[in-house]
Amino acid sequence: MTVEPAATRLRHQVPLAVWLVVVWMLLWGTWSWANLLSGSVVALTVLTLLPLPHVVGGARVRPLPLLVFLGHFVVDLFASGAEVAWQALRPGGVGRTAIVQVQLRADSDLLLTMVAEATSLVPGSLVLDLDREHRVMTLHLLPVRDLEGVARKKANVLVVEERLVRAFGSPADLAVLDGHQGKAVSTP
Amino acid sequence: MTALADVVAFACLLTGAALCLTAGLGLVRFPDVLSRMHAGTKPQVLGVLLVMVGAAIRLDGWANAWMLLLVAAFQLLTAPVSAHLISRVAYRRRHVRRDLLLIDEFGPAGHQDPRYRGDEPGDAPPEEDGVLPQPS
Repeated sequence: MTVEPAATRLRHQVPLAVWLVVVWMLLWGTWSWANLLSGSVVALTVLTLLPLPHVVGGARVRPLPLLVFLGHFVVDLFASGAEVAWQALRPGGVGRTAIVQVQLRADSDLLLTMVAEATSLVPGSLVLDLDREHRVMTLHLLPVRDLEGVARKKANVLVVEERLVRAFGSPADLAVLDGHQGKAVSTP
Repeated sequence: MTALADVVAFACLLTGAALCLTAGLGLVRFPDVLSRMHAGTKPQVLGVLLVMVGAAIRLDGWANAWMLLLVAAFQLLTAPVSAHLISRVAYRRRHVRRDLLLIDEFGPAGHQDPRYRGDEPGDAPPEEDGVLPQPS
């Protein structure tokens, strides 16, 4: 790790420290100055003893697209839960599966992580592999009936990615998104 | 008002428990590791979330609700990661039912272990005719 100026390092660590303090407070369940103080001490100790590389391309949050993403995410979560539950229960057992690759457009560690996490929870897909350099995500799809269904699921992943980029992406990410509008490229 | 809250909490708890049950059934009934991981992530996460919502309604006081919120958040964050790691290992060790695959775009050229066929137990010795790729 390169040595950074103390001020920059501190700025990058602030969100993490705040998150740790919030977790500490939630764990105690009550708000008090003593909790805030002890939480800060714990957070600082953790950050000093176990330093993490800071997240490149820090997140900005746009509230409205974030709400759009969260709304769709909750709906997807219920749909996928019901779908997989039905696959587990139905007499015929599970149907055909497929392994596909999807070319993503976002180029930031944080965004790709979020896309991968969200994709694992939306209907029918599970992340097998993520090629960071080429931005290719390999997915396992569970209930697929035909190739058309596969194409639909692949398009769905790109839609999830788009919602996430609109919620958290930098202006550069958004420009890339508008450049490749609606292209679902598959690698041979 | 409390009667309505009780009914909602009851419905959430029951649905959540049922979903966790289907996740367990899926683990038994699905044919290979990758499919089983689907069962381990989706119905299970949704089931846990619903149980948390039901419990938050039923339990008094915010202290408990905050704790449940944390449980839910970490469940959402960690379940896909563990499922991903297990599936990745399974794929590389070829624990994949290829006859069930409609298409495989990852292909035989993916990162697979050439020495294991995929249906042997995890600690089986490698096959004799397997060829290891030369490190470049």
